[in-house]
Amino acid sequence: MERLVDPTIRAESAWRANSEKIAFAVMVAALIVAPFFAYPLFLMQALCFALFACAFNVLIGYVGLLSFGHALYFGWASYLAAHAAKVWGFTPELAILTGTFAAAALGLVAGSLAIRRQGIYFAMVTLALAQMMYFVALQAKFTGGEDGIQAVPRGKLFGLIDLTNVMTMYVVVVVIFLAGFVFIYRIIHSPFGEVLKAIRENEARAISLGYKTDRYKLLAFVLSATLAGVAGSTKAIVFQIASLTDVYWTMSGEVVLMTLVGGLGTIFGPVAGAFIIIAMQNYLNDLDQWVLVIQGVIFVACVLLFRRGIVGEIAHLLRIKL
Amino acid sequence: MFEIFGIPSQALFGQLLIGLINGSFYALLSLGLAVIFGMLNIINFTHGAQYMMGAFAAYLLLQHTGIGYWPALIVAPILVGITGMIVERTMLQWLYKLDHLYGLLLTFGLALIIEGVARNYYGSAGLPYTVPESLQGGRNLGFMFLPNYRAWVVVASLTICLGTWFVIERTRLGANLRAATENPTLVRAFGINVPRMITLTYGFGVALAAFAGVMAAPIYNVSPQMGAELIIVVFAVVVIGGMGSILGAIITGFGLGVIEGLTKVFFPEASNTVIFVIMAIVLLVRPAGLFGRRA
Repeated sequence: MERLVDPTIRAESAWRANSEKIAFAVMVAALIVAPFFAYPLFLMQALCFALFACAFNVLIGYVGLLSFGHALYFGWASYLAAHAAKVWGFTPELAILTGTFAAAALGLVAGSLAIRRQGIYFAMVTLALAQMMYFVALQAKFTGGEDGIQAVPRGKLFGLIDLTNVMTMYVVVVVIFLAGFVFIYRIIHSPFGEVLKAIRENEARAISLGYKTDRYKLLAFVLSATLAGVAGSTKAIVFQIASLTDVYWTMSGEVVLMTLVGGLGTIFGPVAGAFIIIAMQNYLNDLDQWVLVIQGVIFVACVLLFRRGIVGEIAHLLRIKL
Repeated sequence: MFEIFGIPSQALFGQLLIGLINGSFYALLSLGLAVIFGMLNIINFTHGAQYMMGAFAAYLLLQHTGIGYWPALIVAPILVGITGMIVERTMLQWLYKLDHLYGLLLTFGLALIIEGVARNYYGSAGLPYTVPESLQGGRNLGFMFLPNYRAWVVVASLTICLGTWFVIERTRLGANLRAATENPTLVRAFGINVPRMITLTYGFGVALAAFAGVMAAPIYNVSPQMGAELIIVVFAVVVIGGMGSILGAIITGFGLGVIEGLTKVFFPEASNTVIFVIMAIVLLVRPAGLFGRRA
């Protein structure tokens, strides 16, 4: 029987079946050579946002829930991580854990409120809760108000490895990003992930099959908030600052934009989207004032013209999964 | 001068009035959102930007053509409403068959564009717009001083709100509109041009936002970001009230404005967050909203 199959077809289908693994290998290789071609600080910024966008994508892409307040977990995690590192003198890994834990707790509270409403109301509730916590951050003492928390020490990883060296920091960020990315990949391809997709496609049917969809939605929400927290905490350590920008609604909009540009519901889309948007912000710095307008135009163009996003379009053209 | 709960009456009634004013804007804006949502099934994120456009239209009309407050109150909403109808025809109409979320994302993008353009030309600082001469000054009510313009804002917005309620709930036009919301295909079979109705409804909702913007111009400064944070509060108002009922939207809007004003007197630290806290409580107690039907 084996001989009947044309070997070229078999090679092609093997390539198609493994498209995600191949793309992952390409991404890892790119991250290894990238610091020799681009500024490591730029790459680390993009990686933090890439993880943030991937976390956001778990909800919109696989459960069909649009959270318009993800800056809440990102920003508050970065405040807590910065505070832990600066005031409590935590080592960086413990500071990141502190921020992550805070994001998980906030996600649990906000998520259990938000999943009480569906569709468009869900988006409005998450946005409103995030705005509430923005005002709390504005008024709270420990966040430093308009100044934020500045001069956060990077410290020594595990008390041993000095992170003030840019390349060491870069390696740590890459490891954190890849760990988060693989974790998300595992969630999506687990039986739990299949139930999430069933909820996205037809919640009523998932309920009739006996799934307690509210619990699945809440768990997905908490996971998403937690991973956004990892991204926010890491960013605070890398850039040694936590500020109001990261909890403001514009940040929630930016992560939506990154994911939309890359492709909702694709594994690699949010990563591509984050790199594109961050690169745009860095290289179009002279157009400072126009960034808002350009972002708006990209939003409109994505919604009207290519709803699959860049990675989604490529995957569609090549008929592969990415 | 007397005191209530240890607060001078002047301060208390002053904040109550500010609460009523804010409530007027919440009511007008959430009413517009509800009308648009009913017909288009889209949450209009651009609403805040269109409110800002109304204020800017009034400002520009005065600066460049010398058209004053009273004509602007009519002209600005019509102009902004027309831009809304153009947006509906060129963009929104392609999204009706898709998930609601795309409507939210598109209108969010439009809001960024409008705010960004306004910020480029007029900076972030506010531009002053003076109160029309006929409404300057105020009267002393004995327990507080009532500026004429503020009294006018509350009365005008209440009138517009109730007028909208009357048209939608009590007239033939409103009956057609409600029928088209329930079952557009059937209403079309009766020979009513539903797509045109949708365009006009969006234009009307946008005009309401612009009307609120013109009224706000003399109270707050005219600035590019005046609508951005307001719209998030209005979203919370809409979640609390539910979008099923016009009267519900009006009551919730004014009620929350007053509660916010009172919070400013008794617990000023929480005045920014009180509406969101109420939203959280309502979600726990009555998930469908105060006036909403379970979806």
